[in-house]
Amino acid sequence: MSLTGIFLILFLIVHMSGNLQLLADDGGRSFNIYAAFMSENPFIRVISIGLYASILLHAIQGIALALANRKAKGGKYAHGKVAGATWASKNMALLGILIFAFLCLHMADFWVKMRFTDTLTMVTYAGHDEAVQDIYSRVNVAFQELWLVAVYLIGVTALCIHLVHGFQSAFQTLGLTHKKYTPLINALGWIYSIAICAGFAIMPLYHYFPPSYPPTTNSASM
Amino acid sequence: MSAMKLTLHIWRQRHANDTGTFETHVVDANEHMSFLEMLDVLNQTLIEQKKEPVAFEHDCREGICGACSMVINGRPHGPLGGTTACQLHMRHFQNGDHIWVEPFRAKAFPVIRDLVVDRGSFDRIIQAGGFVSVNTGAAVDGNTIPIEKDLASQSMDAAACIGCGACVAACPNGSAMLFTAAKASHLGLLPQGEVENARRVQAMVHQHDKEGFGRCSNTYACEAECPKEISVSNIARLNRWYLKSSLTSNV
Ligand code: HEM
Ligand code: SF4
Ligand code: FES
Repeated sequence: MSLTGIFLILFLIVHMSGNLQLLADDGGRSFNIYAAFMSENPFIRVISIGLYASILLHAIQGIALALANRKAKGGKYAHGKVAGATWASKNMALLGILIFAFLCLHMADFWVKMRFTDTLTMVTYAGHDEAVQDIYSRVNVAFQELWLVAVYLIGVTALCIHLVHGFQSAFQTLGLTHKKYTPLINALGWIYSIAICAGFAIMPLYHYFPPSYPPTTNSASM
Repeated sequence: MSAMKLTLHIWRQRHANDTGTFETHVVDANEHMSFLEMLDVLNQTLIEQKKEPVAFEHDCREGICGACSMVINGRPHGPLGGTTACQLHMRHFQNGDHIWVEPFRAKAFPVIRDLVVDRGSFDRIIQAGGFVSVNTGAAVDGNTIPIEKDLASQSMDAAACIGCGACVAACPNGSAMLFTAAKASHLGLLPQGEVENARRVQAMVHQHDKEGFGRCSNTYACEAECPKEISVSNIARLNRWYLKSSLTSNV
């Protein structure tokens, strides 16, 4: 749980910073070339398989844990509320299911289209030999839908809350705590969760509310 | 001494398989009474009315034995932090208050009657490994084994656990990790206990799981509700020791 969680945390740093190229004002050039690299590079392919396995393992273990723990609890108290536990800590499985549902939609929209179909147009860029799939335009078109932008914002918020608890929880589970550095881990967890989720939230918002110039799509060469 | 009139909604359950229900009673108390003394007043009245008194556990009534398990207004041992039910005084309530009193709820703590639960699962965790195997005999001279002050203090803090079970009652997962971690830390931090650490840690954690306690997911409700304010850093230490003994020892 904690190990897969930490792997996912590291993955999100790469995924978020790479995807920030969606904000570049170059008609999708840098993002499309980056996306082609990420889907073809053999090293990245191996890591990706580890990633899919981690997500599934993490989700299955998480649900199993939540179900077993529900049985261990003898029932609710009629009145009042126990102190100490945050809402996030008590709803990790619910948040996880929300994230998982979001991931399915997210991957069906972009990953499946890119990997398993040839519905995407091919573009060539000066200074880059091979034609690459124009996933940038697909993203841009997708984020013109208000409902999808809303779904992304909800998904990212659920992720943020999951991480606020999960980040420090992973260290506690592994026994990596100390009065000297635990406060630092807690602070880092907050900063990380908010930064990652703000980064992901900007992408759909940027495409739905483009800055003054219209985002150029399908530019054959630049 | 100001008198108080309180309305108690108190859990009544005749035996383990009875479904149980809340019963309402009005009690005349005063602010100097402890919570248990207030229950004594209720029971005296019930006895005089030829009714069955409410069963609740108690022994020391000074916050050191851990017997007085009950949940008051949704909080194990009541609303005051760092306090057992027997040390909770009625001055923390207001005249006219409604107070809900029910047993600890966890799969591994079955209700025996009214507010009394069976905490034998704790005893079995201790029997599994919560001891130091030494020959009895004359006590060793003090200072024969040097113990670093900081370790002694950490061990002493963990030893403050009175085995009351509030951590389990508070935990949304019904986990007893705080109790298990406190007991393992108390022994394992000292040189006399360290020798058997790997075996102890493995045995206690396995017994914990076998008893039907939940798995810790770090909600930290236990620390907030523990009357002895045992820190969750003990759980991190137990996790560390468990991982280490799983990877490096033969047990
Ligand atoms: C795929 C859907 C997901 C599900 C169903 C899920 C579910 C869960 C559950 C049930 C827990 C245990 C909660 C607890 O111990 O209190 C958990 C913990 C955690 N999750 Fe997730 N999660 C998902 C996705 C993610 C993602 C994408 C990340 C990271 C980016 C993540 C990071 C973590 C971390 C770090 C922990 C703490 C591990 C520990 O304390 O041992 N999770 N997750
Ligand atoms: S850790 Fe605290 S709450 Fe748990 S049994 Fe010990 S004293 Fe009671
Ligand atoms: S009766 Fe002993 S701790 Fe409350």
